[in-house]
Amino acid sequence: MRIKLEKRPEPSTLMAFATPIASVLLTMAIGVIVFDALGIKGEKAVIDIFLTPLLSSYKWQDVAVKAAPLIIIALGLSIGNRAQVWNIGAEGQYIIGALAAAGVGIAAGGAGGGIIITLMILAGILGGTFWAVFPAFLKTRLNVNEILTSLMLTYVALQVLGYLVGGPWKDPNGRNFPATAPLHADQTLPILFPSTTVHLGVAIAIVLPFVFWLIMSRSVFGFQIRVVGSAPDAARHGGFDAKQTIWLSLLIGGGMAGLAGALEFAGSLKAINLGFPSGYGFTAIIVSFLGRLNPIGCLIAGIVLAVTYVGGQVAQTTVHIPNSTAGIFQAMMLFFILASDILIRYRVRFIGSPKVSALPAAGE
Amino acid sequence: MGTDTIARLELKSITKRFPGVLANDQVSFSVLPGEIHALLGENGAGKSTLVKMIYGIMQPDGGEIRWNGERIVVPNPKAARKLGIGMVFQHFSLFEAMTVLENIALGMDAKIPARELEARIKEVMSQYGLKLEPHRIVSTLSVGERQRIEIVRALLLNPKLLIMDEPTSVLTPQEVEQLFIVLRKLASEGCSILYISHKLHEIKALCHTATILRGGKLVDTCNPSVETSRSMAEKMIGGNLKTIEKAEGRAIGREKLIVNRLNMPARSHFGVSLKDITFTVREGEIFGIAGVAGNGQNALLLALSGETLTDDPGAITVDGAQLGKLTAKQRRLAGVSSVPEERNGHAAVPEFTLADNSVLTARDRLGMVKVGLIDQKAARTYAGEVISTFAVKALGPGSTAGSLSGGNLQKYIMGREIMQNPAVLVVSQPTWGVDAGAAAAIHQALVDLAAAGSAIVVISQDLDELLSLCDTLAVINEGRLSPAMKVADADIEEIGLLMGGVHGDPAATANLHPELAHAHQA
Repeated sequence: MRIKLEKRPEPSTLMAFATPIASVLLTMAIGVIVFDALGIKGEKAVIDIFLTPLLSSYKWQDVAVKAAPLIIIALGLSIGNRAQVWNIGAEGQYIIGALAAAGVGIAAGGAGGGIIITLMILAGILGGTFWAVFPAFLKTRLNVNEILTSLMLTYVALQVLGYLVGGPWKDPNGRNFPATAPLHADQTLPILFPSTTVHLGVAIAIVLPFVFWLIMSRSVFGFQIRVVGSAPDAARHGGFDAKQTIWLSLLIGGGMAGLAGALEFAGSLKAINLGFPSGYGFTAIIVSFLGRLNPIGCLIAGIVLAVTYVGGQVAQTTVHIPNSTAGIFQAMMLFFILASDILIRYRVRFIGSPKVSALPAAGE
Repeated sequence: MGTDTIARLELKSITKRFPGVLANDQVSFSVLPGEIHALLGENGAGKSTLVKMIYGIMQPDGGEIRWNGERIVVPNPKAARKLGIGMVFQHFSLFEAMTVLENIALGMDAKIPARELEARIKEVMSQYGLKLEPHRIVSTLSVGERQRIEIVRALLLNPKLLIMDEPTSVLTPQEVEQLFIVLRKLASEGCSILYISHKLHEIKALCHTATILRGGKLVDTCNPSVETSRSMAEKMIGGNLKTIEKAEGRAIGREKLIVNRLNMPARSHFGVSLKDITFTVREGEIFGIAGVAGNGQNALLLALSGETLTDDPGAITVDGAQLGKLTAKQRRLAGVSSVPEERNGHAAVPEFTLADNSVLTARDRLGMVKVGLIDQKAARTYAGEVISTFAVKALGPGSTAGSLSGGNLQKYIMGREIMQNPAVLVVSQPTWGVDAGAAAAIHQALVDLAAAGSAIVVISQDLDELLSLCDTLAVINEGRLSPAMKVADADIEEIGLLMGGVHGDPAATANLHPELAHAHQA
């Protein structure tokens, strides 16, 4: 008996939906086994990480607030990933976006209100976009790999952050801690439901996937991204400019990450310190793939990943495992989703051994 | 043929199934020692699958293979070579940057010292009159010379059976003649040859027996010297041949497409650059470009379609408008359509629907875009029209391009361009890998488009196709285009020499056609 991978005549739609779900379930199953082997109650840990945040209503706002930046960044990254342009530097673009928003806030002094908040958000988008200009320029002009440049620029962004919050933008009343002064109350994003932490950014994260879905499925731009990703030669034949596609997909990825940074800053954290970068820019890569590079998929996958963040904190107190355990689960999910991708194009067949036993090949 | 009654190779009821198709259905035939046996069939008839099983690349699902009367299983190509089965593939597996000797050494199962190997190579070459310089770098060789490397590689193993898969599809007529001499000599020494082809005149000239396959089934095993080309073709196709209907005394109008000293650097190290390409196509004219694969055909198509741009705006003009610096999209709007050789991934996106594939090239000319959004309904309607007009076998505009057979997808792609009424249509290998029925439909559509006043450029490796289809013909070699000639008074020998170009083997050619080779060198 042999196991054989056989190419499907057409990609399987069923598998496109089934594999992300299977990846999450497999991650949970492996989690139970591994934790049990380590002498920790695996079942309890997995339930706390994946289910408790969904079952207890007071955790919902945490999930929503954490999902928002993941979804927004993943939407931008999905466009690049579709076009086979790999932006790994969303974390850096997210940081610069937040810093640009903070800059506007500081420049406005005590002023606040709708216009200032709008300007802060726009600054965030521009900041993130600006940070993506470098990889795009290097890629289109000198054919420098965007994976390396975008990733390396994340560390540059961290240095910029460290310089600003420890120097010019340091809170004068902050006991010398490297952090910006907290935002004025009228410079923060409006809260959607009183006495929760659910801010305007959450609403944006719910609306944007549908906007992106419309763009990707109906517009010429979305068509261009899809063609470039599936068949670059056909895209050239159809008159789509490859360099323009690289520019646009990197800039949109940067802009979305910058937007997420600005919203997180103005809606949740309200001050920037050295701990501001929390890895959303990297986790969003997982969201993007778990969501099948589909905007609506990103919405769902963003919620799933946010659940693991919140659940990681729950498990920390209940089964006493480190918060970073959630990171292991997120990475496992990415592995499973990438590995199971093959089932969309191939099917597994079990073949009985041939009836004729192999005779010696020397027939002379 | 030998008097030996035991067949060298015998196939009994070989069956091979792939998802959705029966590639070989109970195929049985045998090859005698010293016999040159043709395996004849259209693309997709199952010839390649069959020989892949003989050579151990695939295993049959049913039936048996006998070698000198003994039942065998060939688990892999190494075992096949050990038995004495050699194979020369249609697509060569050679390292461009290495020498002939290094390439042969890499392909040997046993490790032989370089000096000894070189001596053996020279021995084989002189024995069969195969001219090859062992220390030349492969990238500097012509296709015919590259094929000789593969043949030498196979002959070094003293094969009892040599399988040749479409060996002449990339050769000039002179190179074909040289190849036949080698094959006849091999056969006279007792080596059996399984010769895969769909070129009937070659089979008549070379082969003792022909086995004809159609749709995976064996149709007939016959003697090609008593059959006519037409009778074999009809067995191969399974119906009556349709000839192209050309209106008599077609009017050829004024100059439409003018290409003037078009130059284009090579896109990669081993690519071909275009040098001073100059030709003119008139309204209603079908202009053919012949040539051996890899002589700049692809670069020429890309340069005409606008996928690569020149610095000289006047290098390409249509009706006087300069197109050299216009992008592919702008050229389409100016009326230049194109169909590249590669269907999957270049002319069409396999995972996209036919409707989406119509958006790819027809969106601007047919107004399928409104304020940045695609008019899905218009795309579906147009795709539906193409499907019905060109009799494309597809479920509808929602089928993916990848789900269509090669011939049907080609008909769809040709239809998609032709129904946009282009002023100029440039097509490369329009019937490559397409069944005869679809090929006839495509040829007819091109003739009809020309009759409506378009200028058409057909780039093809199939000389027979060009001679039957075109009004005018030129030959491309090493990125240079020969002067154009009227097909009516074209000389096939001359075309062959042009196809061989400077890379042909003048000494060897001289043996065959002394007067022509001389004229060529002068």
